[in-house]
Amino acid sequence: MNDTIQRAFDALPVTARMPAWLAPLRRAGMDRFAEVGFPGTRDEEWRFTPVAPIARTPFGPATPPAGPVGRGDLAAFTFGHPEWPSLVFVNGRLSPELSTIPALPAGVLLTSLAEALATRPELVEPHLARQAGPEATPFTALNAAFIQDGAFLHIPKDADLKDPFVLVFVTTPDQGGRMSHPRNLVVVEPGARASLVEIYVGLDNAAAYLTNAVTEVVLRANAWLEHTRIQRESEAAWHMAFSHVHQDRDSHYRSFTLAMGAAISRHNLHTRLDAPNTEALLYGLSIAHRDQLVDNHTAIYHVQPDCRSWEMYKAILDDRARGVFNGKVLVTPEAQKTDAKQTNRTLLLSPEAKINTKPQLEIFADDVKCTHGATVGYLDEMPQFYFTSRGIPAERAEKLLTYAFAAEVLDEVRVDAVRTELDRVVRQRLGVVEQ
Amino acid sequence: MALLEIRDLHANVGDKEILKGISLTVNAGEVHAIMGPNGSGKSTLAQVLAGHPAYQVTGGQVLFKGQDLLDMEPEERAQAGVFLAFQYPVEIPGVTNAYFLRTAYNEIRKARGQEELDPMDFLDLLEEKLKVVEWGPEIMQRAVNAGFSGGEKKRNEILQMAVLEPTLAILDETDSGLDIDALRIVANGVNALKRPESATIVVTHYQRLLNHIVPDYVHVLADGQIVRSGGKELAHELEAKGYEWLTGVAEAAA
Repeated sequence: MNDTIQRAFDALPVTARMPAWLAPLRRAGMDRFAEVGFPGTRDEEWRFTPVAPIARTPFGPATPPAGPVGRGDLAAFTFGHPEWPSLVFVNGRLSPELSTIPALPAGVLLTSLAEALATRPELVEPHLARQAGPEATPFTALNAAFIQDGAFLHIPKDADLKDPFVLVFVTTPDQGGRMSHPRNLVVVEPGARASLVEIYVGLDNAAAYLTNAVTEVVLRANAWLEHTRIQRESEAAWHMAFSHVHQDRDSHYRSFTLAMGAAISRHNLHTRLDAPNTEALLYGLSIAHRDQLVDNHTAIYHVQPDCRSWEMYKAILDDRARGVFNGKVLVTPEAQKTDAKQTNRTLLLSPEAKINTKPQLEIFADDVKCTHGATVGYLDEMPQFYFTSRGIPAERAEKLLTYAFAAEVLDEVRVDAVRTELDRVVRQRLGVVEQ
Repeated sequence: MALLEIRDLHANVGDKEILKGISLTVNAGEVHAIMGPNGSGKSTLAQVLAGHPAYQVTGGQVLFKGQDLLDMEPEERAQAGVFLAFQYPVEIPGVTNAYFLRTAYNEIRKARGQEELDPMDFLDLLEEKLKVVEWGPEIMQRAVNAGFSGGEKKRNEILQMAVLEPTLAILDETDSGLDIDALRIVANGVNALKRPESATIVVTHYQRLLNHIVPDYVHVLADGQIVRSGGKELAHELEAKGYEWLTGVAEAAA
């Protein structure tokens, strides 16, 4: 561990508005991080994702932006719906001017974590760091040490929210060598239904900063959440993230994760199906080029009977890009009648691109249906010939077929405006014009 | 000048010679049927003409409108007016039929120095063409061939042909596996698209399709060579006598 992190920790403000239990939690995070430090590639969990460039950067804490950030800079991240409830964080801190909090139904609370800690600690305390504790990974420890701001979303019992809640985490071009630790908590009470979009974006593609985010989601009985996560950091930045979902009886969690940015990115998405008849659908798409490394670690914990999980992660890797996928599915002896399917598909666009993919099924129940499959390959010859035989030039055919590969998971985003925007972003990245 | 002139064409897949010297002349306005037992090379001939990368041409020459066809990329052949209706049309999840067809149509126009059609104008054109295969517009929003039945896939090939208006259409076993209704739709489509300046090559195993698409010439392929050519009555003769009559090799249920 480097001294700058300790110094940043020592300099963290402690205010009278914070609940008394926060300082010990941060301290526990710092102690844990001091003990384990940044992971090395000898750690099995980090074998293919060397974080040495992060470890040797003396990060200072994020600072307020040097210049103003306007709504125009963020237009692409509001999906043409500026009226949707949204919280915008600039360099890790809430920007009230850029955020939109319309009138919300009674009991719905969308606010910054800092505010929730000060005014509604009783809603935060039962969950914060209970799902993703400091011991989960070195980066969750580091995040716990720096808990300061992020989003807090509370959806009351039986509420049905049509418009998605949007969380935007923007890093400005002046943040090279700085780090932020967004901390989000989402609680969906019984029978409620909501949609959440979480976006990480760098406004300059050359800024080398660290985003280290943790998001905890609690789904109560029969709750329903669609969670879309978009990572478009600067291609010189590092993005470390951990999302943990806790699911009660009959709940439904649907996730879509798009990763396109960062020099090195790692997202752990863990969901714990903690009561019977819960369901989790995890979709992912990673698009990387040049020397980017994109790592997705998912873990699905089947610990109760009659639960279902469905997972499909895809990656498109060009140039010298590297992908990592690790899909853990744990089925405990109690989790009879588990139905779990995992698929990981990678399309390589260059002979130098590479993926390390590993399914990790640990099954201790006997009456279950669990399958997994991984494919890695180049574009097939037959579709390519089919397209060119219709007059479409080879280069365009290749782009279209690459887009088609991505579209299969993009189609799984259920909020139309969000899907349309993601589709536009992906097409732009792949060089495919409007459908 | 002949529309298509094939001279002593030889082609391999890997080290195996499949076409062993094919010569064939097709003039504008003609329909040629190429028949033959399984493994005779008739599908290979169709695919070689379209530029399938799995086959290597090892000898001979193919002229299309006087141009060296074998020297052209598959997309250039399509742009010049060659169309292959695939025996096994490829499923492309993620690309809609509408987008695929408009892209192909506009690429061909672009290559010919014509103006591209915008999506609205293309939709008008499409409406007309859909009638040829007796389809409604809903099919256009589905992904290309994804989840299509065998018959739907073949109809989709004919729809593509209707939109792209080739001067040389090659139908590769378009009738295989079709029920009688689908066969009628496909055949009507092909007949409706016939123009005096274009020609059709129908590759088929069965005589049945030729009741609907009447050929001017029938060629029988065996072991990579044309062993007999004749008029449409040759197809009937084959139906009655079986391929072994010409190939000397017994084949079940031709």
